[in-house]
Amino acid sequence: MSGVITPRGASRTLLSINSLLVFLFFYAPIILLIIFSFSDNRNVGVWGGFTLDWYGEFADSQPTRKALWNSIQIAVASTIVSVVLGTLGALALERFTFRGKQVFDALLYLPIIIPDVTMAVMMLLFFAELAGVLGLSKGFATITLSHIAFSISFVSVVVRARIAGMDERLEEAAMDLYASRWQAFRYVTLPLIMPGILGGGLLALTLSLDDVVITQFVAGPGWTTLPVFVFGLIRKGVTPLINAVSVVMLLASMALVALSLFVQRVRTTDSA
Amino acid sequence: MTSRKTHRWLAILAALTVLTAACGSDGDAAAESAAGDCEVGQTDGDLALYNWAEYIDPEHLDAFAAEFGISATMDTYESNEAMQPIVSAGQSGYDVIVPSDYMVGIMIDGGFIQPLNFDLLPNSSNISDDFASPSYDPDLEFSVPYQWGFTGLAVDTSVVGTDFPRSWDLVFGADAAAHSGQITLLNDPRETLGAALKSLGYSLNSTDQGELDEARDVIAASTDNLLAFNTDSADELLTSGESVIAHVYSGDAFTQFLETDDPSNYVFFVPEEGGTRWVDNMAIPFDAPHPCTAHTFINWLLDGEQGAALSNWNYYGTPNKASIDALDEELNEFLTSPDVLVGGIDSVESISDTGEFETNYADAFTEAKG
Repeated sequence: MSGVITPRGASRTLLSINSLLVFLFFYAPIILLIIFSFSDNRNVGVWGGFTLDWYGEFADSQPTRKALWNSIQIAVASTIVSVVLGTLGALALERFTFRGKQVFDALLYLPIIIPDVTMAVMMLLFFAELAGVLGLSKGFATITLSHIAFSISFVSVVVRARIAGMDERLEEAAMDLYASRWQAFRYVTLPLIMPGILGGGLLALTLSLDDVVITQFVAGPGWTTLPVFVFGLIRKGVTPLINAVSVVMLLASMALVALSLFVQRVRTTDSA
Repeated sequence: MTSRKTHRWLAILAALTVLTAACGSDGDAAAESAAGDCEVGQTDGDLALYNWAEYIDPEHLDAFAAEFGISATMDTYESNEAMQPIVSAGQSGYDVIVPSDYMVGIMIDGGFIQPLNFDLLPNSSNISDDFASPSYDPDLEFSVPYQWGFTGLAVDTSVVGTDFPRSWDLVFGADAAAHSGQITLLNDPRETLGAALKSLGYSLNSTDQGELDEARDVIAASTDNLLAFNTDSADELLTSGESVIAHVYSGDAFTQFLETDDPSNYVFFVPEEGGTRWVDNMAIPFDAPHPCTAHTFINWLLDGEQGAALSNWNYYGTPNKASIDALDEELNEFLTSPDVLVGGIDSVESISDTGEFETNYADAFTEAKG
């Protein structure tokens, strides 16, 4: 890496201060959130001594548990489908030329560009009209389909970046050595783009677990997800229960990131 | 090039088809109750309730389900504006919704809720006379009241004492200066301008620009005495001692008083000039999948015993006169005390939708806050 420059003198100090401020800006609210999840006072921001009651309430509250379980089911299902479709789409766009490729390319980015609310209203009208025709009732199916719809774009963007950075000659070399197209994909391309696929999958999982706006519009009876449930609670005032739920979700996301880093590291060591 | 053009047109066409289809459905809204063939206490499927968060005990809902041998689910929303488009679009899957007063009016106009069949609601005779003819649904054809509350002033009597006028002068008049920096007003254009309009003797739903300007000036003149415009934690600021007079919702104030060591230190009242009374209502979406179950649920909740159980859990006011005697004593005392509603029932109004004039309220409030 000959291009790396180490800053010196004043610029070094300024850059350090800048990164410190950025980290503070990012993490100070999270640290406060964690601290107050242990506060024994139902008003957030007023410290009332240490307690684990809010976590107990989270564990005991049947609606919260149900919402969490809904979120997990939807996130897993939508991630699996969008990873498969997003990867296929990315491969098609990077490796082949076909009629209407540019239109397809542009349309694929649409869910990333358009505002959540617009997408939510589109989905709402779409399902309101077609739910009856397709025999779908609003609930698991409509939420999962909507999450797949926006996740595909994010997965394919991440996977495409990986494919673009991959040396095409490796695939050609495999085929020179009589690998079939499938074998070349399975044993050469797929392992090489796996970090991209995992990264995209992780992004899809996080997006699905976090989404409020679109989910709220397409949800049906009995399918309130955890973030939508938490949002509804705000009307009765913010209690540390919301902090406790957030901390649990935060830990889950961090565990997912750690897991994906671990998996990628194991893979790199294996191939080395 | 031609092929790309074709694709683009196809995409636009597809989008238009969906849009027209969506628009076309607005006129299909049911004009009469879909529960014509139901009988009292009959169920035609599981109940799907769409309600505000923490507004009914989940176990209370389970008790209904068990009694009628069905299952009941509840999903929650955080504002009328979040609930309305979901129900209005159709196919929401919900049987009963709980819109607030002005939203009932909007949903009746749009055809988004269906008329109720009162033959299936014999318990509707329990509805107190005060709630029998609201402005948004004068003959109670589409909705029945669920819970209610006031907006008024809460005072810390350990600081202010008990010898003060039960009037908006306490925050807007000369009396306010004595507690300068210890007063909060709601951060809500309709509520706070409504309070100022009431203090001037006008309706809080005024659409007269001159009256609104006067109300704006009343608020602007009082800002020097304020600690803050605060909605979310006005009740907490009061009980933590940071403020001594707070413009608050009755339900919030009351539950917050009970959290303190000595609730008798605090009083809540609606000033003699009057204030807001809000009412949340039960209604049935135009395309509710189980209208019989919906009517059965509404009738069940209008029963005196069930209405009391509801209020004893969420601690809001009950519109059910058969429930009053079964309320927790402290709740009953709070709801029926003549000290709470100083100006009598005729002094309070519900906030109603003023249509285009809402922007004037928002602008006036921004100007008043400076």
